[in-house]
Amino acid sequence: MSRRINVEVIARFNLEGDITPLQINWEDGQVFKIDRILASRQAASLKAGGQGIRYTIMVGGRQAFLYFENPIWFVEGKADVREI
Amino acid sequence: MEHVILHSDMNNFYASVESLYNPSFREKPMAVAGDPEARHGIVLAKNYLAKQAGVQTGEPLWRARQKCPDIVFSEPHYDKYIHFSQMAREIYEEYTEQVESFGLDECWLDVTEVQELFGSGKQIADDIRDRIKFELGLTASVGVSYNKIFAKLGSDLKKPDATTVIGHDFKDKIWHLPADMLLYVGRATYQKLMTHGIYTIGDLAQTEPSLLERLLGKNGLMLWAFANGLDTLPVNRSGSGRIIKTIGNSTTAPKDLITDDDIKITLYILSESVAERMRKENFYCRGVQIMIRDNQLVSFERQGRLKAPTCTSHDIFQKAYELFQRNKPVSPVRSLGVRAIKLINCEYQQLSFLEDVVRRQKQEELERTVDNIRRRFGHFSIQRGIMLLDPVLSRLDPVAEHTIYPEAFLKSKT
Repeated sequence: MSRRINVEVIARFNLEGDITPLQINWEDGQVFKIDRILASRQAASLKAGGQGIRYTIMVGGRQAFLYFENPIWFVEGKADVREI
Repeated sequence: MEHVILHSDMNNFYASVESLYNPSFREKPMAVAGDPEARHGIVLAKNYLAKQAGVQTGEPLWRARQKCPDIVFSEPHYDKYIHFSQMAREIYEEYTEQVESFGLDECWLDVTEVQELFGSGKQIADDIRDRIKFELGLTASVGVSYNKIFAKLGSDLKKPDATTVIGHDFKDKIWHLPADMLLYVGRATYQKLMTHGIYTIGDLAQTEPSLLERLLGKNGLMLWAFANGLDTLPVNRSGSGRIIKTIGNSTTAPKDLITDDDIKITLYILSESVAERMRKENFYCRGVQIMIRDNQLVSFERQGRLKAPTCTSHDIFQKAYELFQRNKPVSPVRSLGVRAIKLINCEYQQLSFLEDVVRRQKQEELERTVDNIRRRFGHFSIQRGIMLLDPVLSRLDPVAEHTIYPEAFLKSKT
């Protein structure tokens, strides 16, 4: 079972109010730059327990989901939590 | 053109939202429970595992635990339920503007006009279910039919996460079902019907309407039409809002109410809340109704007319207290309710020099000022002196805590 990990995020808010996450600051101080956003839509995370705007992001060549459940950001943590 | 109406019912709504945030609940029997400390210790909603164990909505927690010893209870989070309810409504409104809410977890949709865009009623129903599952993490049952009553019935037939279509073949599909599955057939009505040998929806449909009218009055004819698929109630457009007929609040007090002051405090709180909500909607009422339930759980209602229309807690309280004094129960009081009835909407008022009217207008001004103070500085920033007599009783803020329960909860109470 995966766990919910709330994360700190740096994001850009444009004039229309659209939010683009740019970078994730991990709990141990590591910084992950978001290279690309492939998609975003409303979705529930049954694994981590939460619901919000789900961004499909590319980080270091890997694909992952980043959720924005206003006002908190979270990811679905896997066994090796470093590899988001 | 024949209507195509959907009724979407989110399964075990409160319990499902709680399970989304606490995935461990999914494998256990669980129920959302009111606060036993405040004597609201009943089951508000439960999941399927708890239902299998026989746990019922509305029953006290100790009885639920008796039936199902390993049940877990979760406290309710109304703000989350309201948020999820709104998100579901947003999904519905992407298909049609004719969406009518029925409690937090149920909605009717009229999709007659949009079938060319989105497909048949069943396709739209399946689409909506998929989206609710993916986007909200909840499941819904959807009924599809040509009238609201059968659509609602359809959503009750297959649970969870299913679409049921009831067309003109309804006689085969639903006439064998017990009559109390029909909307508005509660426990009391069903018992009355059974004493006349009417058990199923089919029995009801084939009974002489005049007999039903004698038995149940106007409602008898309505139920007969429902059972025969003759219901033509329209789905209200979104935005037009529900037609408000009465505004009421009730509460179960944290302790039994014995002295006159206990009663006064509670009636004042309820009257203030009712009056505040009336002023917000620009309503005046011409009558007041009270509900009294004593600690033997015997409850009754009484109502009285007001001399002049009002929207002040002062007048509502006077009437409510007068009604209470005239109908005092022997046992201590457990719950009280105050309801403003015979509402009229008036944005403009006749001015007058008459002393009585001037006094009333002054009172209204005063209470609007109190509303304003409370809006800016919080409900408890200004209080009546009597509230200081009993801080436990006066802690209640019914306007903020005003909650809408899902239909299943109401059904269990009727």
